[in-house]
Amino acid sequence: MNEDRIVESKDFTNAPLCLSGRGVTKVFGIGDKKTVAVDHVDFDFHVGEFVSIVGESGSGKTTLSKMLLGLLNHTEGEILFMGQPRDISTGKKKKEYWKGIQAIFQDPFSSFNTFQKIDTVLLDCINMRGGKHLSKEKKIEMMTEACSFVNLKFAELTNKYPFELSGGQMQRLMIARIFLLKPKILLADEPTSMVDACSRATILDMLLQLRDEVGMTIIFITHDIGLAYYISDTVYIMEHGKFVEYGKADEVILKPQAAYTKRLISDVPKIHEEWDLSTVDLLAK
Amino acid sequence: MKNTLRQVFHSPKFVGGFSIFMVILVILFIYPLINPGDPLEMIGVGTFAEPGIYVSMYDATKTDYETLRLPDAGDKRVAAALKEEDRVAMVEWFTVMEIDISELDITDTDALLDLWSEHYDESIKPKGMTMAKRNYYKRLNRSLADLRAGDTIIIAEENEEGVLEQTDKITATDYVRVGAVANVKLLPLGTDNFGRDVLKQLVSATGTSIIIGLIAGTVATLIGLTLGLLSGYLGGFVDDFIMFVTNVFTVIPGFVLLILISYSIGQDQRGASVVAVVIGLTSWTWTCRSVRSQVISLRNRDHVNLSKLSGHSLFRIVMTDILPYIASYVVMAFILQVSSGILSEAQLSLLGLGPKTTETATLGLMMNWAMLYSAHTNGSWWAYFPVILTITLISFSLNLMNTGLDQVFNPTLRD
Repeated sequence: MNEDRIVESKDFTNAPLCLSGRGVTKVFGIGDKKTVAVDHVDFDFHVGEFVSIVGESGSGKTTLSKMLLGLLNHTEGEILFMGQPRDISTGKKKKEYWKGIQAIFQDPFSSFNTFQKIDTVLLDCINMRGGKHLSKEKKIEMMTEACSFVNLKFAELTNKYPFELSGGQMQRLMIARIFLLKPKILLADEPTSMVDACSRATILDMLLQLRDEVGMTIIFITHDIGLAYYISDTVYIMEHGKFVEYGKADEVILKPQAAYTKRLISDVPKIHEEWDLSTVDLLAK
Repeated sequence: MKNTLRQVFHSPKFVGGFSIFMVILVILFIYPLINPGDPLEMIGVGTFAEPGIYVSMYDATKTDYETLRLPDAGDKRVAAALKEEDRVAMVEWFTVMEIDISELDITDTDALLDLWSEHYDESIKPKGMTMAKRNYYKRLNRSLADLRAGDTIIIAEENEEGVLEQTDKITATDYVRVGAVANVKLLPLGTDNFGRDVLKQLVSATGTSIIIGLIAGTVATLIGLTLGLLSGYLGGFVDDFIMFVTNVFTVIPGFVLLILISYSIGQDQRGASVVAVVIGLTSWTWTCRSVRSQVISLRNRDHVNLSKLSGHSLFRIVMTDILPYIASYVVMAFILQVSSGILSEAQLSLLGLGPKTTETATLGLMMNWAMLYSAHTNGSWWAYFPVILTITLISFSLNLMNTGLDQVFNPTLRD
């Protein structure tokens, strides 16, 4: 199974921290209608690490990612960014924080404003990195470079609207955006679940390239434990808002401890093998 | 955008409504060019002149005439002169004389007159008939005879000595061409209670009412849109506060509020634009509520999150990432607000709380005047019916446009 991996998973235990959380909790609603989406989770993400957060739908992955991005306030706990408590109390501080952390969302079709041209999306990124005063030629050069990084041709995209592109192209455009922004952390919330298998491989490859060339920390959120094993250094398994198991990808997936992890692994369909559905009973219990 | 417009103009409902509205607008612009002048000029002295072509009698007598010998002229003259009450009186006479009138049609002038000349006799004094009644029959008989004979009318003028002297005479066979008469006035919808040309007034009133509707619609849409956007996007305390105000406005019926505000403004300050603004101020609530719910469903979409992550300001996110997505909805809400603004003005004016003005007419004021001078009880349909028809047409066309747009923007509604 080990030869399936395309990268050697590294040990990041001693690498500097870039994002960590202590007792991070999110509660929706009050009283009887209270739902604990994320329940006192602790995590340490290191610089240059490829982390996967794996869990089923409704396990709290997306809520956690929104809290990490600062789009949602956490009810309890503390989030540390670059070793310092994160402060996003004002609009200005938020803007500064978002220079350090960016995201790719699940559905490329709804990620873009359909009323804005692609040029606008990319220009916004250049402006955010302080490139407002740059000459037009320089900006076009930067956009062309970003597009060629994701195997797109800027000349073909200019003056087009996002809906004129295919899903795979849109998702690659999202990565081009990240390439221009060069944040310290990239939070990829199921970026491959809405695209075909071929585009998926390309996108994953690009994410790894971003990690290796730019030194980005990548937090990869997925429901697909096979995919997580395939590319990540560290894996966090999330169930009902809690991390039930985490550690090096090899250790967690080859020697799973938690029952939930075992089930997730057995649920991965394997070609040429009969699908083992015996563990589905666990769900009923 | 281009594609959307093409789709909109391919919707039969929208095109239908749009055409009706455009025809109304074209009439509003063209009619004052054909028939210029003050639409509220009192041209008639009496009230409620019937619709028709009015020929100056004075000028007709001064116009050169031709002789036309038309065989049925006499009968037509009698038929026109014989009023409903005269016909009834004639039938009464036959009844008194115990004549079989079971097959007589009261509108058939020929049969009636034949029967009359056959059976009427001045010397007969039916039992129980008063002197006055008998004299009435005598006069009726004489005038009928005169009409049939076609007597000559003599025109006399005073000469230098102050004595009447015959200058001209008009015989039953004299005709003037209408075009040759110096003064002919066409009043397609007659005149109203103050003797004003109803059609001219209607055209001007429709324009004013549409402007009132547009002002009211703009005010209501702007307030509703702004509050709805703020409330939906910001959420939290701002949302609670705006929703509280909106609920207060929703609970109190808008029309009651409208009446109270209009009343408290006082008659002198109540111009057409003031009334329009007041209507707008009381009708924004549902726009606010629906915009808010649309914004709430939009604010957690990925493209809004992405825009936030790109560091865009609140104003920019609202203007570029939310407003374009609800623009089609806002346009539809605006059209409905215009339509209801026109109706609200009509309702208010009918109660006498509309624009207090003697310089401009509105559709509501026209109905108010018609009602005050009992046009509906004395049969002067032309004073209010065309107004109702115009209001209906405007509302119908606007609602049709709205339905058409709804079907284009909301594909589940397409048939």
